[in-house]
Amino acid sequence: MTRETLLTIEGLSKSYPGVKANEDVSFKIGAGEVHALLGENGAGKSTLVKMIYGLVRPDEGRMTLRGAAYEPSEPREARAAGVAMVFQHFSLFDALNVAENVALGMDNPPAQRELAQRIREVSEGYGLPLDPARLVGDLSAGERQRVEIVRCLLQDPKLLIMDEPTSVLTPQEVNILFDTLRQLSAEGTSILYISHKLEEIKALCDEATILRRGKVVGTCTPREKSAREMAEMMVGATLNAPERASAEFGDVSLQVRQLSVTPTNPFGTALRDIAFEVRRGEVFGIGGVAGNGQDELLLALSGEVKTARDCVQVNGTDIGDLGPNERRKLGLVTAPEERLGHAAAPDMSLMENALLSGDVRKGLTRKGFIDWPGTRDFARNVVEKFDVRTPGIATAARALSGGNLQKFVLGREIMQDPEVIIVNQPTWGVDAAAAAFIRQALLDLAGKGAAVVVISQDIDEIMEIADRFAALNEGRLSDPVPTKGLTIDQIGLMLGGAHGMHKAEIHHAEA
Amino acid sequence: MLRLEKRPTPSQFWAWGTPVLAVVLTMIAGGIMFALLGKDPFVAIKTIFWDPVFGEFAWYLRGQLLVKAGPLILIAVGLSLGFRAGIWNIGAEGQYIMGAIFGASVGLAVFPTESRLIFPVMIIAGAFGGWLWGMIPAILKTRFNTNEILVSLMLVYVAQTILSKAATGFLRNPQGQGFPGSRNFSTYPAASNPELIAGTGMHWGVVAAFIAVITAYVLLQRHILGFQIKLAGQAPRAARFAGVNPKKLIVLCMGISGALAGMAGLFEVAGPAGQISIDFASGYGFTAIIVAFLGRLNPLGILLAGLVMALTYVGGEMASTNLGLPSAAIQAFQGMLLFFLLAADLLSNYRVRLSLLAKETR
Amino acid sequence: MDFMGINPAVLIASLMVASVPIMLAAIGELVVEKSGVLNLGVEGMMIMGAICGFAVAVETGSPLLGFLGGAAGAAALSLIFVVLTQVFLANQVATGLALTLFGLGLSSLIGQGYVGIKPPATGAVPFGPLRDIPFFGKVIFSHDWMVYASVAIIAAVWAMLKYTRAGLILRAVGESHDAAHALGYKVVRIRVLAIMFGGAMAGLGGAYISLVRVPQWTDGITAGAGWIALAIVVFASWQPWRVLIGAYLFGGITVLQLNLQAAGARIPVEYLSMSPYLITILVLVIMSSGRGRTSLNAPASLGQNFHASR
Repeated sequence: MTRETLLTIEGLSKSYPGVKANEDVSFKIGAGEVHALLGENGAGKSTLVKMIYGLVRPDEGRMTLRGAAYEPSEPREARAAGVAMVFQHFSLFDALNVAENVALGMDNPPAQRELAQRIREVSEGYGLPLDPARLVGDLSAGERQRVEIVRCLLQDPKLLIMDEPTSVLTPQEVNILFDTLRQLSAEGTSILYISHKLEEIKALCDEATILRRGKVVGTCTPREKSAREMAEMMVGATLNAPERASAEFGDVSLQVRQLSVTPTNPFGTALRDIAFEVRRGEVFGIGGVAGNGQDELLLALSGEVKTARDCVQVNGTDIGDLGPNERRKLGLVTAPEERLGHAAAPDMSLMENALLSGDVRKGLTRKGFIDWPGTRDFARNVVEKFDVRTPGIATAARALSGGNLQKFVLGREIMQDPEVIIVNQPTWGVDAAAAAFIRQALLDLAGKGAAVVVISQDIDEIMEIADRFAALNEGRLSDPVPTKGLTIDQIGLMLGGAHGMHKAEIHHAEA
Repeated sequence: MLRLEKRPTPSQFWAWGTPVLAVVLTMIAGGIMFALLGKDPFVAIKTIFWDPVFGEFAWYLRGQLLVKAGPLILIAVGLSLGFRAGIWNIGAEGQYIMGAIFGASVGLAVFPTESRLIFPVMIIAGAFGGWLWGMIPAILKTRFNTNEILVSLMLVYVAQTILSKAATGFLRNPQGQGFPGSRNFSTYPAASNPELIAGTGMHWGVVAAFIAVITAYVLLQRHILGFQIKLAGQAPRAARFAGVNPKKLIVLCMGISGALAGMAGLFEVAGPAGQISIDFASGYGFTAIIVAFLGRLNPLGILLAGLVMALTYVGGEMASTNLGLPSAAIQAFQGMLLFFLLAADLLSNYRVRLSLLAKETR
Repeated sequence: MDFMGINPAVLIASLMVASVPIMLAAIGELVVEKSGVLNLGVEGMMIMGAICGFAVAVETGSPLLGFLGGAAGAAALSLIFVVLTQVFLANQVATGLALTLFGLGLSSLIGQGYVGIKPPATGAVPFGPLRDIPFFGKVIFSHDWMVYASVAIIAAVWAMLKYTRAGLILRAVGESHDAAHALGYKVVRIRVLAIMFGGAMAGLGGAYISLVRVPQWTDGITAGAGWIALAIVVFASWQPWRVLIGAYLFGGITVLQLNLQAAGARIPVEYLSMSPYLITILVLVIMSSGRGRTSLNAPASLGQNFHASR
């Protein structure tokens, strides 16, 4: 099938100090085509689409849209030319309602009442129901994405850019999204679909361009290639799946009972009656779509949020009312999702960041006075053992790449020989090699007899390393099940099916 | 076009270079201001920055330097701890006044008893007064999440009212023929804070300032508490992850800065000022904010910054008597210093580039 | 009908006058904070407005030009804040403090030649017979035009924030500058305009103090009004009409304590004169301790600097 060409990209390059984000990138997108942009984290996909959307100006190269030169200097121009974008980190405003958020993404929005009507029409028409009057901060991640999509659709785009759209969706929600995208494509809208998930690309996309380290390393028709072939093009090497030494479990090490927490921020999720137990040597996976209480759960387990004394138990000791350092003393360590600002202080050196959580278990202070030589040794050890690429331990944490910092953070916790470790999103935004390394390290730790809890939004990750799985949905935890033999549909239903679909439909019926 | 690039690691060179650059820029801008006021800018700058140390009256003015620098350093060291932790106590002026009133009250209450214990007890009372005044915003912040900036500032105005009440009422000199103002401590040896070595300006407050600088330096460099203070200011969530209790930190930092400001007030009232009077509050509490920033919130830096700032006070007075430069010009001059410092601070965290050049080099 | 020698109509009329400076300064700061910027330099901008307004009015003989001069002077000072926080990315708290310290010094420097002079009078709006209505004539129709203008400004800001696209964009920038930037809004430009508006309003308020309320020039004439204006923004939970209520409340307290002092009430003068500050603290405590959805009015990126890195 030959299509009329919509967008041509020729020789685009963009550099930042120290990095070539894109180098001589060229490809074409046909009208009505679903085109995949495939690449690892850090391959330069985001920079490329920002150039297409007018947020970043290319250093070199040119683009044409329907044959005419296309050089957007700001998003407004891109939108006027018919290019719309759904961001990975949503460009939404929590404290504003759906209609206001939509209006902000349009250049000439109609009056509020008319806009609300159109939001209803368009969202229903594409199977993504939305209530225009709700505050965006109250929506689930999937619904928030709908706001972004509807905002784009209202402008009748010729090209819709979607940056990692499925990372916040349940499998059922992914199916709904794909139906919408196929409908759009059938109506003649082109879609530039950015992802590193190969199965999705095989299911949805007509053509694919593969990026590695800022350069195009290949193009293919995804339906004709196997996922493995594409993975090798994307990563440039064959990766081994992590291995498990043995799977023998000991006594229960971490026990959580009737854990309920009210969130401190107005858009937080309340935890309700969470209960689970993890044995020595076991890897327990907690899945769930973003914003279902993952952060709150980690805070309650790390001790940053305190609960009733008997809600959390480590090796038989109640620790629910203890702070983070007291819990560390008893063998429980954690690694939060947000690396910069939570797990590590951005402007502090790696050495200082090693002290941040390593103080208690590594004995880095004496009567409150810091043992700097000891701290230095500890930091060096972490950097060495976990292969952290850094000029030295005096480098500030923010200077490290996401993958390297994550290795440092995980290494810092693992090297404290914990009895229980809880990690949230251990490989989020990390390239494939580092992700494999981190997963292996967690499995090795379990092999040594630690209880490991992995909170992750990446179902594949949990399936790969966890022994048992439970889903976190609107602050409730499902009953744990063994991961062996679970199907993607079962997991999807455990994660809550299609979030908010029901509610929105009812709303509409009443209106 | 100028372009900013965030440095991966803050520049060590500019950490020390910015204050110097700021002082130089302030001299230039101040010189322009003085010229606009019809004064010879070079003479004015020389009078302010050179004469107090090397000029004709340096033998007297050098002593004055320490007298002015002492309270500034003492207050600024306390403030810097809070500022580092992201706790904005800007009511040091009020804590300074309350320290003076508390300390003076103790001394005057036992007048004319002579005992070696009186002065130490006055110091403690002064520190307590400042601590108490600092605790109000601290407790309100931890209990009700009230903005400490506004509360501590409002309390300055309240303290000023109490000061005028003290000078005209409960601390008024009974032998003062009804004039406002307390007894003068210079006439009451057991409670006074005299010059320790004649001609140097050194008094107990200056000694306390040096001790505070050293203690704060050790705290920040070697102690886990100093680490926690820095951490809480830079990354509050990471601090909580590291087990820092933010409320404890607020109470601690506000308490320390309040107590040090209160002590500064006591040393001043018992020494250089001599008495509680309506115009006792001279703005040290506010100028100390500039000193803290000029010293880059680093104890040793504050020591130097306090001396520089004292120079502008002493030199400013000289310029005012000799050249008729209005004292308000000095205040504006000090404000300018803070502006330039804040602007120059950019250099330690960002690289400034010409974007044309940047394109070619990459 | 007088209570303790205080006539209620006169009291209300004078509280309306007394509240104008803080009302103007607070509504300006509200716009600034809605855009996500915390400018603690209100006190400094007010006093610059007070002296610039005073000087221009005295030199030209026109109170109107005086007010414009006050607004311009304070807006010019706010430009320093703009340069430092929006271009040089300096800490907003420290810069605001610097603005106040500098403004106090500079105003006193400019004001040296103006001590002891009387400014041209700002007359009352000629409402004619309306002024003779009992009670309401005195309360509503006896004021100079700035009293009405300040209420009109509150209404305008309210309508702008609630109904216009500009208001929506302003709120969006204050809520999340990263998201606003991603949609292509000029975060820095919008904030610069908001800061200068805030400066101009603080300047108008300051000029009102030196031209109408006092009316003369003395050093430190604003006496903390700028700080109280900041507190009123918190009190108002970032809602324009509540700024009006807050300003009237504080104006009322100020006028009442002055009247009580004049009437020779038995409460010591010191307690009366510290009462506005103590009540400010009290109000802050009450407003801050309330949790939950009301905190949504506070702009989420308040006080954070924006730097478009990539």
